[in-house]
Amino acid sequence: MAKTLTQEFTKGLWEEIAPFRLVLGLCPVLGVTTTIENGIGMGLATTFVLVFSNILVASLRNIIPSKVRIACFIIIIATFVVVTELLMQAFTYTLFLKLGVFIPLIVVNCIVLGRAEAFASKNSLTFSIADGLGIGIGFTLSLAALGAVRELFGANNLTIWTTPTSIIGIQEVFGTNFEPFTFMVQAPGAFVCLGLMLCLMNLVGSK
Amino acid sequence: MRDLLLMVVVLTVLSAFSGGLLSGLRNATAARIEVQQLKFVKGPAIKKILQGVSNDPIADRFTLKDGDIERKFFVGKFDGKANTVVLESSGKGYGGDVGLMIGVNVENDTIVGAGVTTHSETPGLGATAKDNPAFVSQFKGLPIEETFEVTNDGGKVNAMSGATITSRAVCAAATQAGSIYKKLKPQLSEKLKEFNK
Repeated sequence: MAKTLTQEFTKGLWEEIAPFRLVLGLCPVLGVTTTIENGIGMGLATTFVLVFSNILVASLRNIIPSKVRIACFIIIIATFVVVTELLMQAFTYTLFLKLGVFIPLIVVNCIVLGRAEAFASKNSLTFSIADGLGIGIGFTLSLAALGAVRELFGANNLTIWTTPTSIIGIQEVFGTNFEPFTFMVQAPGAFVCLGLMLCLMNLVGSK
Repeated sequence: MRDLLLMVVVLTVLSAFSGGLLSGLRNATAARIEVQQLKFVKGPAIKKILQGVSNDPIADRFTLKDGDIERKFFVGKFDGKANTVVLESSGKGYGGDVGLMIGVNVENDTIVGAGVTTHSETPGLGATAKDNPAFVSQFKGLPIEETFEVTNDGGKVNAMSGATITSRAVCAAATQAGSIYKKLKPQLSEKLKEFNK
């Protein structure tokens, strides 16, 4: 059952892609994916936390007493979340304003704690890094995909990244006459969208 | 016994380490975060309050000592005279502190404008304080040294519907700004003279 490093990395991209296969970490998935940019930003922040918490948990796995392991994991995760929050405030302030409360909520994101408990505490450092990167990138891609669908129909735009001076992406995809479905960028639209994407994933996966 | 000790030691060391790391990082990023806040949140609010100024209020800022606290003031020049300052204060809202920027005309001690900057209020209810010009514009033209209260509490500020606590927080912030202003007025006028040279 021993897997190679590449397998550990790629499993997070399709086989165990967190929001769609495991249906985990749905709070940010539903909350922030109104644009691709928000999805990518949130995904990268989560990846950062995931990779570093995996590194620390894997390297301390023989020292941490098993009775207090969850408390230790939470301390480690919370530390990296605050690090992320401070760095985002200092360097990408506009994105921080948009993601707002969802950044501190990474602490309770079950994907992060789940990987620490289920993987990093039982595997070596290199495997844990591969696992964290894979799951994190998979999470980012899922958020970006969901964000793309919602932004495309809900706001008629595809924004990949905004700098203070310009926007990378396409505005007014369907032309100026298209009336956006505002439903898609609201909370119920997130559920509907996620449901449809899950359905699509299962359809593709079942063949 | 040994297990117990190990648990305590590991948790303590881990907490101490993360505490140290975070306070270090906080110190390292504090200056940059302040610049970002000035640029993206406070800057636009100040510009809105001081419409039609001939200088850059963010560049022309100074601090004064109020006891142990440093207060920031942003100077606005109208018709070549530095007669307006914007100061910052805060009040306790529903989800934490509500930051308020308030512009005061030093010549007649009246408010020229106000704007909510940093807050963590409920989206759709309290958070509208930031974007709702009708609410903060009530302060315009009122004397700064007044105690502000919402109409429910017997004052004359109309609260935003569904957001009485946030409205109270803004009133408290405005009242606090008044007391800061009153306390620092002598030093403030001195400083402003320098800008008029």
